[in-house]
Amino acid sequence: MSESKEKQPLLKIDDLHVSFLTYAGKVQAVRGVSLSMQEGEILAIVGESGCGKSVTAQTILQLNPSPPSVVEGGSIELEGRNLLQLDDAKMRAIRGHEISMIFQDPMTSLNPTMRIGKQIMEAILKHQKVTKKEAYDRAVEMLRLVGLSNPEQRMKQYPFEFSGGMRQRAMIAMALVCRPKILIADEPTTALDVTIQSQIVDLMLDLRQKLKTAILIITHDMGVVADIADRVAVMYAGVIVEKGDVKEIFFHPKHPYTWGLLDSIPRPDTHGERLIPIEGAPPDLIAPPKGCPFAARCDYAMKICHEQMPEITAEGDHEVRCWLCHEFAPKVVNRYTEGKEG
Amino acid sequence: MLLEVKNLKKYFPVGHKKLLRAVDDVTLSIEKGETLGLVGESGCGKSTLGRTVIGLYEPTDGQILFEGKDVTHLKGKERKEFSKNIQMIFQDPYASLNPRMTVSDIIGEGLDIHKIYKGEARQKRIFELLDLVGLSQEHASRFPHEFSGGQRQRIGIARALAIEPKLIICDEPISALDVSIQAQVVNLLEDLQKELGLTYLFIAHDLAMVEHISDRIAVMYLGALVEMAPAEELMRNPLHPYTKALLSAVPFADPVASRARRRIKLEGEVPSPIAIQGGCKFQTRCPHCTESCKSQNPALKEVRPGHFVACLNDQAIGET
Repeated sequence: MSESKEKQPLLKIDDLHVSFLTYAGKVQAVRGVSLSMQEGEILAIVGESGCGKSVTAQTILQLNPSPPSVVEGGSIELEGRNLLQLDDAKMRAIRGHEISMIFQDPMTSLNPTMRIGKQIMEAILKHQKVTKKEAYDRAVEMLRLVGLSNPEQRMKQYPFEFSGGMRQRAMIAMALVCRPKILIADEPTTALDVTIQSQIVDLMLDLRQKLKTAILIITHDMGVVADIADRVAVMYAGVIVEKGDVKEIFFHPKHPYTWGLLDSIPRPDTHGERLIPIEGAPPDLIAPPKGCPFAARCDYAMKICHEQMPEITAEGDHEVRCWLCHEFAPKVVNRYTEGKEG
Repeated sequence: MLLEVKNLKKYFPVGHKKLLRAVDDVTLSIEKGETLGLVGESGCGKSTLGRTVIGLYEPTDGQILFEGKDVTHLKGKERKEFSKNIQMIFQDPYASLNPRMTVSDIIGEGLDIHKIYKGEARQKRIFELLDLVGLSQEHASRFPHEFSGGQRQRIGIARALAIEPKLIICDEPISALDVSIQAQVVNLLEDLQKELGLTYLFIAHDLAMVEHISDRIAVMYLGALVEMAPAEELMRNPLHPYTKALLSAVPFADPVASRARRRIKLEGEVPSPIAIQGGCKFQTRCPHCTESCKSQNPALKEVRPGHFVACLNDQAIGET
């Protein structure tokens, strides 16, 4: 990897392992994830439910209760500080101040008995030495920035008086009011209608521009990824199988799972044709396969795929964990690899 | 026509003399073997329409004709007899299967109620259905919690097919599933349609998937149909300003083209379906709203063969 010649990344996750202890056994949810983010960058983690994308994000802020969750190895560094070694008090100072998070369902993350204004001011008063008046002004300013009309009026309202889109805007206001360096957005648009979804995507792009916040967005919607991300990491069964620049991932994907994900979405030019699903289901992470986790569902699986976890093959920033990218592997020809040999 | 819905209304009383107009004067029809996609944002009344058609709700006004026969207000024996014709597949495969029943009993419940198959024939039929939806016979004695989301949805489909209905109402059958599993279920629905000659009313908000599966698409806004056309025609030439805005909001899996697409941004939010003023329902957010839109209620009119739109200014908005 060529991290050394770049400047120090804002966030660097290295070989992270997270497991959950259950009665049925140890679920290895995250199995060696490495990621890095630069300032102001939007990184999308895509993958299906249970692939470990949310666990990865929640571990950054240590939101998973332990037990049952156990961080079994690796490091998470924010500007060189390893977050996994901080005590609770130091971690509290980071949450909402340096790294914030928004969730899928804004209604369950807002306090229904508290006025919106008070909830936003709480975040400021908790982390910064300001007067109530200053906190109020900044909360109003933030509500205006996220595109809510009559912010003074909104400050006095309760979450139930807001629509879904407005609640997500209020959540974003609350998350960004302390000007964090990183915003983690866990499926921020999934619960919203498409017209509202596109407004929230626009808002996040706009705020990234204005506040220079780096955004880690977790989603399964490839359309949203195409609209918002600078870089993409594709996760499967606790492992990042492919990551790279958004155009690389969409136009020159190299991992069969990424091919499958892109193929299973209907496109305008495939009207009337059969969709190409990925047959089968993801592996059980209590006893993950020792080889490539996708091998059982992969059309191109070779003998080695079932026996040994593929190494990372890198081409510039584009990294793939697949034996097909090994120099001795047979060349696959499909619509993603055509005309791009050597 | 297999199903005809005429001027259907479903109002819910919501406290002090107020009415929530969930479905307000909807007219549509579905031919045998066809898939009609019904799209719209949450709260537009698409699910209420589906539930009223199948008889879960009593319509406030209007008519439902099935194979030419009026089935709007059937009761008792007649309703039971008729209910063999329409079945439903629900959105949430976790909530829609009784966790205390085995798969065999879930699928067989309809057979028992209608006393179609008994004893060994019943068991045979259940195995047949499991096979049809891509599950195996040994799954019959298991409970829902032992299955993944996609498999549960297959159980839901088998249950809907058990009594050989003519029409299946699919209420967001894939929204709760992962992308790669969605494609599996959609392919299954398409195969079953070909094999059994089924008719679908496919309710969803994922426009790309609706376009893929539907022959025709109807767009709902605030309880009313605003546009209805063959799937490709609707996607290529949307005429209603709401349809245009809705389609322009859908991102697609191409980071260059998706970012470059022209977007029509709507002002404000969907008004409450409780206090609706007269005139066009879209007037509060329409960029082309005129004086007449505020007083006249636009009727659904056919502007091209098979392409219906409910807009007074569709000509003026034209090919923008």
